[in-house]
Amino acid sequence: MIEARDMTKRYGDLTAIERVTFTVAKGEVLAFLGPNGAGKTTTMRILTCFMPATEGTALVAGFDCFEQPVEVKRRIGYLPETPPVYQELTVTEYLTFVGRIKGMGTAALRAGLDRVVERLSLGDVRHRLIANLSRGYRQRVGLAQALLHDPPVLILDEPTVGLDPKQIIEIRELIKSLAGSHTVILSTHILPEATAVCQRVVIINAGRIVAEDQPDRLSARLRRSEKLSITVKAPPADLAGRLRALPGVLAVFEPTDGGAFLLECALGRDLRDDIARFIVTNGWGLLELKTVSITLEDVFLHLTQHEAGMETGSGTTETQEPTL
Amino acid sequence: MTPVGAIVAKELRSYFVSPIVYVVGSVFLLIFGVLSYAYVVLAGSQAVRMMQLQGTAAQLNLNDLVFRPTFGSMAIVLLLALPLLTMRLFAEERKLRTFELLMTSPIGINEIVFGKFLGAYVIFLGLLGLTGLVPLVLSMYSSFDWNPILTGYLGLALLGALFVAAGVLASALTENQIVAAFLSFGLLLLVWLLGGLGAILGDTPLGNIFAYLSFFEHFDRLVRGLIDTKDLVYFLCGLVLLLFLAHRVVEAQRWK
Ligand SMILES: Nc1ncnc2c1ncn2[C@@H]1O[C@H](COP(=O)(O)OP(=O)(O)O)[C@@H](O)[C@H]1O
Ligand SMILES: [Mg+2]
Repeated sequence: MIEARDMTKRYGDLTAIERVTFTVAKGEVLAFLGPNGAGKTTTMRILTCFMPATEGTALVAGFDCFEQPVEVKRRIGYLPETPPVYQELTVTEYLTFVGRIKGMGTAALRAGLDRVVERLSLGDVRHRLIANLSRGYRQRVGLAQALLHDPPVLILDEPTVGLDPKQIIEIRELIKSLAGSHTVILSTHILPEATAVCQRVVIINAGRIVAEDQPDRLSARLRRSEKLSITVKAPPADLAGRLRALPGVLAVFEPTDGGAFLLECALGRDLRDDIARFIVTNGWGLLELKTVSITLEDVFLHLTQHEAGMETGSGTTETQEPTL
Repeated sequence: MTPVGAIVAKELRSYFVSPIVYVVGSVFLLIFGVLSYAYVVLAGSQAVRMMQLQGTAAQLNLNDLVFRPTFGSMAIVLLLALPLLTMRLFAEERKLRTFELLMTSPIGINEIVFGKFLGAYVIFLGLLGLTGLVPLVLSMYSSFDWNPILTGYLGLALLGALFVAAGVLASALTENQIVAAFLSFGLLLLVWLLGGLGAILGDTPLGNIFAYLSFFEHFDRLVRGLIDTKDLVYFLCGLVLLLFLAHRVVEAQRWK
């Protein structure tokens, strides 16, 4: 449903994301997990056609974000980092405006309005000015806006930021209930959120994807793996596959910038000898081989390990320290 | 309702809760009233003087004595007032991050630009329409030629369209509303002054170009009751050019 291929975005000299590649299957809920400044918002803005990528392509529902932005936009509901609400409108007026610019007819709009008001419990504030609503309600109005035209794809940028624990749980339940019928990408810098809501997690750090897996597998891998970085002078096209086939290698990540492959190996095994021999005997030219200190653990250290306010919450499973 | 219609409706709604519109609108109407009253009083005193000199009651020409100078002065008021009306159009959306909603909706930038232009322009036309009370009231006490008044209103409407479009462009350039207001004011004043420069240079090629580029001459002809296609084309081209530039600016900002 969503396919990002080698997306790079530069703001002047600053490279916000670099060769970001991932896919999301239909009906899947994917978390984009990374510390602040990792490039989550940038990635989402490219997927929603808010801005074009400097390099690379993005496809949503088979349409190219650059070539056919209108087709893509029709199929996406987007909640930006800051809920895009007009203070001077009431909730109903605002949602009506959104429906109209999304091209909804009167009947569809009325039905959609009732549906999102019900789903996000906005009934009490329907006729209140958005200026007078609390942060939590504004966030919900923002979500209602994204869901209004019932798009098949939802892109939610940090949807639970600024909410209280009860609201966070409600929103997470809502997102979970969208799985299957909708394709969802949500971004977060909170580790338990990603594991609680999503079927798959993409971890992004400093503009690059550093890991991608199901939450439980990711944590398991994190606990039992060593990482190696190797640079090869003339790698064959299928080097990643060949490395993956070596005994003891758990996963191989393709080079990002300097041509370094990142290998995850089984814990306690030092594969450096084997891999060096493998590359040298094949004559590909080993330029560098080292154990890596920048690992997923380092990325996770930048992530919020626990959720502010959740400890005092109603004692849900999310209040425990992450197991990673 | 079409997306453009929705944007226009939303802009009108936002304007009606904004104090700026009420302040700008009241001042605009007050100045129009005061100006026309002042010119009527002036015309009256001239009539009295003429009667004393000639001993006959001369027919007062309200067109020349009241409406022409009032319309001429209103152009300056528009120059000051319309930037205040248009400054928020894009700048505010940027600042409050609602712009992301517009830009990720399945509507074109041209629809957004045009909707915003129309929203502000309708407000201006409403204010201009209210000033129509002055000639209506005067027509009850005296008679005058309606033609130059209608062309004068056409001139103000066209001038206003140009100024609003310039304001849309300025507002697209920044997320600071004060900067946007000052930008459009500066731009309009500059183009106006081109006319003065053209007059100084006289009937030289450069002088003629400057005079043509400035809106003063085109507007003045309409106020004098002359409808010339050349002038209409000028306003139309200016309008299209400014809105096109606004479109380009909005588009270019996506690439930053
Ligand atoms: N409009 C912009 N101009 C310049 N730099 C930007 C802009 N937006 C984001 N950045 C930079 O790009 C990087 C990634 O930002 P962002 O995508 O917002 O990260 P995240 O959403 O993960 O916190 C950051 O270093 C940020 O400072
Ligand atoms: Mg962000």
